[in-house]
Amino acid sequence: MAEIGLGHYLTLGAIIFSIGIMGIFLNRKNIIIILMSIELILLSVNINLVSFSIFLQDLVGQVFAMFILTVAAAEAAVGLAIIVIYFKNKGTIHVEKISSLKG
Amino acid sequence: MLAHSLFFYFFSSIAVLAAVMVTISKNTVYSVFFLILDFVSVSILFIMIGAEFLGMIMLIVYVGAVAVLFLFVVMMLNVGEKRKQPESKKNFINNISVGSIVGLIIFLELLVVIGGWKYQSTYISLFSEKSNINFSNTHQLGKVLYTDYIYLFQISGMILLVGMIGAITLTFNKKDNIKRQNYFDQISRDKESSIKIVDAERGKGVKLDG
Repeated sequence: MAEIGLGHYLTLGAIIFSIGIMGIFLNRKNIIIILMSIELILLSVNINLVSFSIFLQDLVGQVFAMFILTVAAAEAAVGLAIIVIYFKNKGTIHVEKISSLKG
Repeated sequence: MLAHSLFFYFFSSIAVLAAVMVTISKNTVYSVFFLILDFVSVSILFIMIGAEFLGMIMLIVYVGAVAVLFLFVVMMLNVGEKRKQPESKKNFINNISVGSIVGLIIFLELLVVIGGWKYQSTYISLFSEKSNINFSNTHQLGKVLYTDYIYLFQISGMILLVGMIGAITLTFNKKDNIKRQNYFDQISRDKESSIKIVDAERGKGVKLDG
């Protein structure tokens, strides 16, 4: 069991990032799970910033991780509000049925 | 050091498993719970490597606020009902293959980046805030955050304000049949608009609602 270094944490971040990306692709049913996958991606970015900040002994990474946390919270609030109002108007949040823009 | 690596592998494997379960579980409520588990284990990892303040903030913000928000929304919208319709098998397999290919490619790219990272012994930083071993993590963060990064801090407060106002205006539904208080009308009324002086004729009185 090798000593835990920067690479271990970065690998953990990479794994969670890829799982988040896969979650966006795999899940074609529920838009809430897509939002949760976006939260996972932001979490992995936070892991990267914090581990670099700790291992390079530079505090700026943690400051920026806090700002990412702020933006993630605001994004979750607005995204969930949009989902609620969409459900109120259309009666469904099935991803494949959200096709008003014909994109 | 052995304890450190044991704890790292334990909590990071929990985090990875929880992340997988978030994406593949059938019930949305379960995936919210796995998201909470993921955040908790990652915040434990943060506390373990010495970013205590950020770990605690992650617990408060994510587990206390965001995850509960997700739970509320999941329970308000009845997404469980729609699960009855069988999804077309071919479409699902297509999604799985494309998603796995893209995810694997991104993961391999990130591994290449991590493997190729040069661990410079003499790290020269542009915006260095050297952490001091004499103070706690929270103390140091406060010293940096409220002095050098005060503008960014206030801008992040503005972002939260905008997010709050946006969420309220989006979900606010106006009802027409309810009388509401109108502050502007209340304040801006004056004597002419609220009092009328009429001569009352003797024996007839004054007709109201005129």
